[in-house]
Amino acid sequence: MPGITREEVAHLGRLSRLELKDEELDHFAGQLDAIIGAVARVSEVAGEDVPPTSHPLPLTNVMRPDEVRPSLTPAEALSGAPAQEQQRFKVPQILGED
Amino acid sequence: MTDLTRLTAAQTAAAVASGETSAVEVAQAHLDRIGAVDEKVHAFLHVDTEGALKAAKAVDDKRAAGEKLGPLAGVPLALKDIFTTKGIPTTVGSKMLEGWIPPYDATLTARLKQAGIVILGKTNMDEFAMGSSTENSAYGPTGNPWDLTRIPGGSGGGSSAALASFQAPLAIGTDTGGSIRQPAAVTGTVGVKPTYGGVSRYGMVAFSSSLDQGGPCARTVLDAALLHEVIAGYDPMDSTSIDAPVPPVVEAARNGDVRGLRVGVIKEFAGEGYQAGVMERFNESVELLRELGAEVVELSCPSFEYALAAYYLIAPSECSSNLARFDGLRYGLRVGDDGTRSAEDVTALTREAGFGPEVKRRIMLGTYALSSGYYDAYYGSAQKVRTLISRDFERSFQQVDVVISPTTPTTAFPIGERADDPMAMYLADLCTIPANLAGNAAMSVPCGLASEDGLPVGLQIIAPAMADDRLYRVGAAVEAAFTARWGHPLLEEAPIL
Repeated sequence: MPGITREEVAHLGRLSRLELKDEELDHFAGQLDAIIGAVARVSEVAGEDVPPTSHPLPLTNVMRPDEVRPSLTPAEALSGAPAQEQQRFKVPQILGED
Repeated sequence: MTDLTRLTAAQTAAAVASGETSAVEVAQAHLDRIGAVDEKVHAFLHVDTEGALKAAKAVDDKRAAGEKLGPLAGVPLALKDIFTTKGIPTTVGSKMLEGWIPPYDATLTARLKQAGIVILGKTNMDEFAMGSSTENSAYGPTGNPWDLTRIPGGSGGGSSAALASFQAPLAIGTDTGGSIRQPAAVTGTVGVKPTYGGVSRYGMVAFSSSLDQGGPCARTVLDAALLHEVIAGYDPMDSTSIDAPVPPVVEAARNGDVRGLRVGVIKEFAGEGYQAGVMERFNESVELLRELGAEVVELSCPSFEYALAAYYLIAPSECSSNLARFDGLRYGLRVGDDGTRSAEDVTALTREAGFGPEVKRRIMLGTYALSSGYYDAYYGSAQKVRTLISRDFERSFQQVDVVISPTTPTTAFPIGERADDPMAMYLADLCTIPANLAGNAAMSVPCGLASEDGLPVGLQIIAPAMADDRLYRVGAAVEAAFTARWGHPLLEEAPIL
């Protein structure tokens, strides 16, 4: 298992949408390397014949009746919005200029 | 005059119901206590004086009108700041949600209100419930009332500290890998992680959805049971809520008879890393259960040795996905939106500014474990370990009714000692994690003070899913026998703040 490098932390930061600062890269590299080194031992006992468990309850597709129910008003739903306009969430530009 | 803050929840409710005192007097006594000691303890992030007095008055009015009161009506409670509270700030210990006022109540919050429980305020916690010391709170650490220079456990350190410093007789926590039980252990209080799916997660900010479970915290086993009954039960708003009757926890807490009960001791929970004083108290508890008529059996759960590793892959993986919602677009913090930057850049700047180091570590760890090329080796293997741990529990519960262990390998460590050493911090959850991975019910109950440092030790009791009542039966037996042996409840030995 190769160690976690500064460049890999930068890549993970981008994938995680974290604009990491320079000094964080070295700090996290050492820590993530130690953690990943320690948790890698799960593969020692994870045999081919062992089925995976994703959840403690055997549930699939829990549905509720499709009924109209009371819900938040637009004002309530927008109450925490960093910016809003015309009863909508106002967000920074999502697509390029043209 | 009786100090109202020293009563148990059951005593308080009885005093309110009989008219011996009023809910408003009780609430005021606790608000005064918070005013007097919380500057030192820092258990609360937000105190809702007005709301608490209003809720208390509603209970008094109801009583005056001759209406029947619930079993915890008029009892004050400290609510972990991870449950949404309509009109009251909810921060999850993070700058990401600083100043956010939720427009709705969590199901758990609504049930507390419905029961006439008086919510005093919101308690401090590790950011997004990630941590074992409450040092990861963006709003500063909480002190352990037994020694303010030590950690009160985490992530629910505000709730455990509020109980141990008599700022509230009841509290709520959430337990993803031990965040209710480990704080209870290190503060000499009682904490219960109900069966996964037993208490609704609706309105509880998600960290690791297949592990997160809200539950009751108190100073006595009976108080925890009374609170458990209020918050548990099916909720159609949570798709993983179990649609079955709540186990008879209050009846079990009042019973406390362990004669003939089969108790398993897991031999893997001992050895290197376990403080001698913790093992002394644990062994004394085993002996005590024998004296009380339980049958003690030694068991082996070989896969538990891999539980910590599996947990630190599964929880970060789920958290990296759950916390993607904090994008600075719809609620919470937004940073760097100067009209020229793209939404993606604003999101990255917001998350960089809004999340603390432990949250960033876990998001990146989860992103790594789930990325193509690594998925099978890390997340996939961890899921298989989860199966092996469930199998170890299933095999154990064919032989015994409950299993027991120390709740945490050491007593409360000094604030700062493990703050920048994640692996050392993670070891605090060594004994508590298996129950989360398997979805079992588990409790921590005080079992004395460690001889070398005079700090509280917790006994962990684990029961099969939906057998939460067994925890209360054993917990009540241990509590009653130890209290008789000590001549008083353990918390009477805590320093007066």
